[in-house]
Amino acid sequence: MSRSVAGPEIERLIQLMARLPGLGPRSARRAALHLIKKRETLLGPLSDAMRVAAERVVVCRSCGNVDTSDPCTICTDAKRDPSLIVVVEDVSDLWALERSGAVPGRYHVLGGVLSPLDGVRPEHLNIEGLVSRASEPGVGEIILALNATVDGQTTAHYVTERLSHLPLKITRLAHGVPVGGELDYLDEGTLSAAIRSRTAF
Amino acid sequence: MHWSDEALVLGARRHGESGVVLELMTREHGRHLGLVHGGRSHKLQPVLQPGNSVHATWRARLDEQLGTYTIEPATSRAARLMTSPLALYGIATLTALLRLLPERDPHPDLHAMAEALADHLDEPDLAGPLFVRFELALLTELGFGLDLASCAATGATRDLAFVSPKSGRAVSAAAGEPYRDRLLPLPGFLIGQPRGNRPSPQELDHGFALTGYFLDRSLYDPQGQHLPDERARFVALAIKQAE
Repeated sequence: MSRSVAGPEIERLIQLMARLPGLGPRSARRAALHLIKKRETLLGPLSDAMRVAAERVVVCRSCGNVDTSDPCTICTDAKRDPSLIVVVEDVSDLWALERSGAVPGRYHVLGGVLSPLDGVRPEHLNIEGLVSRASEPGVGEIILALNATVDGQTTAHYVTERLSHLPLKITRLAHGVPVGGELDYLDEGTLSAAIRSRTAF
Repeated sequence: MHWSDEALVLGARRHGESGVVLELMTREHGRHLGLVHGGRSHKLQPVLQPGNSVHATWRARLDEQLGTYTIEPATSRAARLMTSPLALYGIATLTALLRLLPERDPHPDLHAMAEALADHLDEPDLAGPLFVRFELALLTELGFGLDLASCAATGATRDLAFVSPKSGRAVSAAAGEPYRDRLLPLPGFLIGQPRGNRPSPQELDHGFALTGYFLDRSLYDPQGQHLPDERARFVALAIKQAE
């Protein structure tokens, strides 16, 4: 059994950091030591930032995004196209699309995808909220930006069914060759999808 | 311990940051789970989608351990299945039904049927009838098979039109007529209708009602569960597309 090399406060910091994604016990120990060494410039500001975030972060009641205000910054942004809603599985997907800068509209976070294996059913997802938002006047298009997995696309079809009674244009992201992708290394399924979705050049 | 086998992917559950616990329907080793290191990598994630077929090699120090899988792709169907809601609901139902099988109990015939079904799930003419036959085979493999060979009352082998919900045996049209409101209709495509003939939407509905009744009564209800939601969506689409 390994002995503790520091007091309980530091051990607790290491234990908590080891629960973060990408960090194991050894890397958590190294990160904790780095924070302690940079106490004034890193540890203090980091702990303040985390305390403020813990106090102020809320889930947007409109779209399901996380922010420090409700409705969130994206929902209240007057420059965004109110007729376009992009449906994503998780906040991380929303952030990824925002990094691309390609979405002029607003988002809706489902909070997961349908999964018989994990027992995730429609009532566990924020689908009712989407139907309610899509029914509002002025909404013209819903983009289903869900993962190209069997569960993701099953969810996309289910959402499409739920929205089918509304006069909306429903689209989904294209499936095919990624930028920088070499055909030789792509699986047959992706290649067939790319051929099926080919566009005029 | 180690073996290699052909398998149909049923699903993968996240394990740690990069691994998954993979659930396979193997030909010789039944429904079998195992850990796949790096299962969430860009290379493996497309391979480990439900509905794909793989060559799997399982290794463990002891037989009762979870063990680890090494996976090689065999047939990639997921991308094709994703284009059809019928196929997506079909694969979700198929994987849910295969989870009724006990782990590590070999069912090679069922594996072969599941592979064939996965191949045709996006074909509206074939998916429905094949699925009903698969459900009948599943009931048989689990010890709740229906006897559709002869009439339970008269022993007749022709003109069978009903199934008794009590015994699961076929009943002829003449013997069953007085009790028709208490019997389940037996669709012709399950008893000798030529293979080329396409079942009508009503026959398909009767087929799914028949297997659904016995799946619920014999397998789901005793466990306090219901038939998967995806099955109802698949059945509705299969009947609609048969019209």
